[in-house]
Amino acid sequence: MSSFDYPTYPYRPAPEQLGETAPTSPVIVIGAGPVGLTIAIDLGQRGIPVILLDDDDTVSHGSRAICWSKRTLEIVDRLRLAEPLVERGINWRVGRVFRNDREVYRFDLLPEAGHKLPAFINLQQYHVEQALIEATPETVDLRFRHKVVAICQDADRVELTVETPDGRYTTKARYVVAADGAHSTTRAALGLSFEGRVFDERFLIADVKMKADFPTERWFWFDPPFHRGGSTLLHRQADDIWRIDFQLGPDADPQSERRPDRVLPRLKAMLGPKAEFDLEWVSIYTFRCRRMRRFRHGRIFFAGDSAHQVSPFGARGGNGGIQDVDNLAWKLAAVLGGQASDRLLDSYDDERVPATDENILNSTRSTDFITPKTATSRAFRDAVLSLAEDAPFARALVNSGRLSTPHSYADSPLSTPDSDAFTGGPPPGAPCPDAPITGPDGVSAWLLNQLGGDFALLVFEADPVDTDLRQVRIGGTGGWTDPEGLAAGRYDLRPGTCYLIRPDQHVAARWRYADGATVRRALHRARAAEHSTIETAPMEAR
Amino acid sequence: MVTLNLAPNIPDPDGFYERLIEAHRGLSDADSALLNARLILLLANQIGDRAILDAALEKAASLPIER
Repeated sequence: MSSFDYPTYPYRPAPEQLGETAPTSPVIVIGAGPVGLTIAIDLGQRGIPVILLDDDDTVSHGSRAICWSKRTLEIVDRLRLAEPLVERGINWRVGRVFRNDREVYRFDLLPEAGHKLPAFINLQQYHVEQALIEATPETVDLRFRHKVVAICQDADRVELTVETPDGRYTTKARYVVAADGAHSTTRAALGLSFEGRVFDERFLIADVKMKADFPTERWFWFDPPFHRGGSTLLHRQADDIWRIDFQLGPDADPQSERRPDRVLPRLKAMLGPKAEFDLEWVSIYTFRCRRMRRFRHGRIFFAGDSAHQVSPFGARGGNGGIQDVDNLAWKLAAVLGGQASDRLLDSYDDERVPATDENILNSTRSTDFITPKTATSRAFRDAVLSLAEDAPFARALVNSGRLSTPHSYADSPLSTPDSDAFTGGPPPGAPCPDAPITGPDGVSAWLLNQLGGDFALLVFEADPVDTDLRQVRIGGTGGWTDPEGLAAGRYDLRPGTCYLIRPDQHVAARWRYADGATVRRALHRARAAEHSTIETAPMEAR
Repeated sequence: MVTLNLAPNIPDPDGFYERLIEAHRGLSDADSALLNARLILLLANQIGDRAILDAALEKAASLPIER
């Protein structure tokens, strides 16, 4: 039923199976989905050898995660892999909400210019995975049909038992990233569970291939004429494939509802009796808003769906997972490289648990709006929708999914709080906004690309700061220019302003003026160094 | 902490009350619920102050449910 030609990646026995003594790996990643692949590539590009284990020999079955946010694309662009995805994906930014057959309102996700990457692209998960698999560097040992069946750890390492077509072997790692999905075998093996809510309401995903003249927008209907009493979402993917998502109610039978003789009449009612389409993929799901209590368990880190689940309206599952590993990769690299102690890894929980709670909060609110649980809840929902057409205030209350926005690590222990006055710009913990800049040679570039993947300083109209860190200087002699003033505006830059940027392009600290010692103190804090180390062992002394 | 104004503030209270009941005349319970919900949302937006709205929610919920 699928028009996608699934690649097959061959099984190969591991060196451990051939009787070779394998050293303890720095990092083993479990699960070659978008999250596992992203961290394997990130670490691999940082020169850290990674073993990536996957129990299958192909990519995602079905389109699954399709909406990739600007922040995710910026993370993937840091790995220099975004451009083919953007080229292949469907670029969109407008959403429309309908009630019955009338448009209630429309929204535009990126009303401003001057960003390298779009607000969102839609691209099937299998395309994303295939592109990432093809981009894995030599440092990543990608093992297909290597299924982890047991895992245990002591103070120094993690031992994994892996099952293959040729039998079992054991291997060891200093750290493990479990990106093995909602049904994580790692989570089960450690006897850990999710906390949160699972909702009764069932939804049907039907991917169809068709030539249609719908615009490239997200269309969401409450109670449409073709699907009375439920909601429907229409969203375009690459290759003329359209995602259609029907709310079925709590009593729908998941077995019969996925049968074509049940699905096709729903699609014909929506698309018209003459519409020509092929069914690509069908899935039934319920909303889940839950997470593990903690994502770090000793030397094992959970990331993506293995750590948390949200409802799909809002695109917070796949994007949240990519942001998890964006946060974790540089920390693991710093610890393995000796620039930071193991303490830095605790900040993964400090930062990603609140980020996950933000996603779960938004997801739960959307769920309550889309699927009212009581007559009164439904009355308020319908009141909002009936007011929204005339009354702009009510549009702000319409919730068909609050689309993923990057989380700001507001209370992070790695951030140095502002001591100088800023009226704008990203505060400590926030992700860096992009802006177009121009080099001394007149070449156009993007600020985020220049910030790169290591600690860096962004300095405005000032001489270089006395530090070993890479410095991106805007204005001043030999610096980049800011032709449209967008960098200055987005960062609230004044002469002398300096931002310390983390390897994941979040702000660690910022000042109106900074000397080398000030920057070093913030850098130590951003690496979770002990307080005493900050005072006695500045960078140069090491 | 904001103090909710519980002193008389509606001119012609009998007239307002009559108007409120009149608006619901002939409506089913479900339609009345929708009308009330619209009314609450419109008034809440008019007030536009989360502290007052929260205080009103708290006051309404704090009274015993009696019929």
